[in-house]
Amino acid sequence: MNQRSSNLLDEALGLDQVIEPWPLRGRVVAIEDQVETSGSFVLHHLLKRSLSPNSSNVTIFIAFSQPFSHYDRILRKLGCNLVSQRDNSRFFFFDMLKLQCPDGDEGITPEGGLIALYGKIHKTISALPEISWKNVSIIIDDLSLMEVAANGSSDYVLDFLHYCRTLTSEFDCSLITLNHEDIYSSEDRPTFFIQMEYLADILIKAEPLATGLATDVHGQLTVSNKGRNKVSNFHFKVKENVVECFYPGRS
Amino acid sequence: MAESIYRALRDGALEGELAPALTIKDSVASPFALQVFSHVISQLFSSILAGKSQSRGLVVVSFSRSPSFYLDLLKNKGTDVASSNKQIQILDCYSDPLGWKDQLAGSRNFTALSNEAMVSSNAIVFREVKHMDKLYNSIIELGKGLVGGGKIRFSIAIDSADEMLRHAPVSSVARLLSNLRSHDQISSIFWLLHSDLHEARVTAVLEYLSSIVASLEPSHQLANGQRGDLENFSLIKHNSKKGKFHVRFKKRNGRSEEVHIEQSGINFASLPSEGAINQGLVPKVQFSLQLSEKERIDKANVVLPFEHQGNGKPIQIYDGRRSLVDSKHERPVSAVENVQTNENCGSGEIIYYRDSDDEMPDSDEDPDDDLDI
Repeated sequence: MNQRSSNLLDEALGLDQVIEPWPLRGRVVAIEDQVETSGSFVLHHLLKRSLSPNSSNVTIFIAFSQPFSHYDRILRKLGCNLVSQRDNSRFFFFDMLKLQCPDGDEGITPEGGLIALYGKIHKTISALPEISWKNVSIIIDDLSLMEVAANGSSDYVLDFLHYCRTLTSEFDCSLITLNHEDIYSSEDRPTFFIQMEYLADILIKAEPLATGLATDVHGQLTVSNKGRNKVSNFHFKVKENVVECFYPGRS
Repeated sequence: MAESIYRALRDGALEGELAPALTIKDSVASPFALQVFSHVISQLFSSILAGKSQSRGLVVVSFSRSPSFYLDLLKNKGTDVASSNKQIQILDCYSDPLGWKDQLAGSRNFTALSNEAMVSSNAIVFREVKHMDKLYNSIIELGKGLVGGGKIRFSIAIDSADEMLRHAPVSSVARLLSNLRSHDQISSIFWLLHSDLHEARVTAVLEYLSSIVASLEPSHQLANGQRGDLENFSLIKHNSKKGKFHVRFKKRNGRSEEVHIEQSGINFASLPSEGAINQGLVPKVQFSLQLSEKERIDKANVVLPFEHQGNGKPIQIYDGRRSLVDSKHERPVSAVENVQTNENCGSGEIIYYRDSDDEMPDSDEDPDDDLDI
C-alpha cells in the first residue's frame, strides 16, 4: 500500500527492484533540505526500506537531532516497529544528543568525541557475521548538529565522515546523511556543505517549489545518482502514513 | 588537447628544469575531475608499462579513494597489476590518515580487520597527513623503491590537493609540491583540485605551481533560480554528463595557449570554433541555416535597386532609356533624374516616377526627428 506511492523515489535510488543485497551498499547518500521543505521524510523512508521484512539489513542510527521515541513514533505510522527491530539486533540506536566534544585538538582522545563514536560503529559492524556487512546502513541525523557537538569544528566532522567513508570501502556498507542547506547559504564559501556534495554518490535535494507554497504539493525532490548517471526531479506530498511522489502536474 | 597533456606528462622533465605539473580543476557544477584524473593515470601508466615514457614508475598518493579503487581501475583497463608492483606503488592516505585506528587499537578492543592489509604489495598506509615533510619523504622513498636511485625518474599522481590543503597550511602544501617538482628524479606530477572548496588565492597558488592547468566547466551556466525550474533542470541533466574541458599551457618561453574541447563522459572532442559552441542549440534540419563566407561576401556586394544604399551617396538607376554616361554630362551628379517615359524598359527593373521635380530625394534623416513628444 505504501510502496506504490513512493515508487518514484525508490526508482531514482534503485530500491524499486530487489533490496537484498542492499542496492545502496558501498555508497554515500547525502540528503539536503531547507526549513520550508524538511528532508527528514527521506531519512525515515530509507530507514523503513532498510528494515523491510524482505531483507536482512542492519541499520546503525546516529541521532544528534531527536530521541528514540520520536523516530519510533514516526516509523510506527509507516508500519515499522523500531523497538522490536532493536531487540532483534537489526536496529542500533546511538543517542548522541548529549555529546559534547572536548575543546581543542589536545582534547580529542579515543575515550571521547567522534573518534570514540567511529570506534563504536566499527566495533558494532565487526561483531556482525561477515555476510551481513554489505547490508549495513549507517544513518546520521544530522550533520549540522554534529558540527555543533564538535564545537563548530567542521574539519573534525569531515575527518569523522572520512573515516565513516572508509567503512563503506572496508565493509561495503552504506552511509546516509542529512544536512541543512540554508544554514550554510549565508557563507561566502560553504566549504563543509560543498564537501558533502563531492563526497556523495547520490545527492537528494528537497526544495520548495519555484512557485511558492501550495497545499497539494509540499515541495520537490531532485535526485542525482552519480553511479547510474541519472538525474530525476519530482514533487512530493508528505501525508500522515505515507509520502506521495509524483511528476509535476500529476497529483 | 587531452593528447597534448598526455604527451607533456609522458615526455617528462628536461635536465635542469622543473618537472611538468598538471592541475586538474573542477567545481560542483561540473564535477568530472576524478574521471579525468583516472583517465590520465591509466594513460600514463600504460605508457610506463610500454616503456614509452621518460618515467619508469608511478606513485599514487591516494587521499580520497581507497588503493583498491585505483588498482581496480587499472585492472579494468587490462593492466596486469599483480605483476607490475615494480612500476606502481600507492601511498595510502585514505585508510587511516590521522592514525585514529592506531589510537583506538591501543585503548579498546578495536580489531583491525585482516582484509585491511589487503592489496598490500602495491600500497603502503600513511598515517600522518598533517605533516607535509613526512609525506614528502614517504613519497620520495616509495618512488626510489620503485626505480632505484640515480637518474631514473618516476611520476606522481596526487588525489587530491584538497585533502592536503585541509590538513596543512597552503604554504606547506606549496613547499611540498615545489620540492617535488624540483627533485631530479621526478618526471612529472599531477593533482586534482576542487576549486570551490578554496579561496581564490589558494587556487591561484596551485595554478602558479603548475605548467598545465586543465579546468572542467559546465557546458551551460544555470540561470539564477532553483533546480526544479524546468530550464535549470534540463541544464542540470545535460551538465551531469557533459562539460567543457579547457586547457592552458605555460610554454617554456612564457606564452600560453588555450583550447576548448567538449567532453562527453570521458571522450574528448574538439569544437570547431568559439561561435560554434552554441551549435548544439540550433535545431538540426535538412537545409542550411547559416551562410558560408563566399555567400556572405556576395551578399555584401549586391547593389540594391533603391535610390540610395543608405551610405550617404546617391545612386543612378539605369532606366533602360539612356546611357548613364549621357546623364552624367547633362546634369550635376547629386540630382536625381525624373524619368519621362518608360519605353524600352527591360524586364525586372524598377521604374520610379517622381511626383514632381521639387520632391527631395530620399535622405537618411529620420523625418520624425523634429517631433516633440
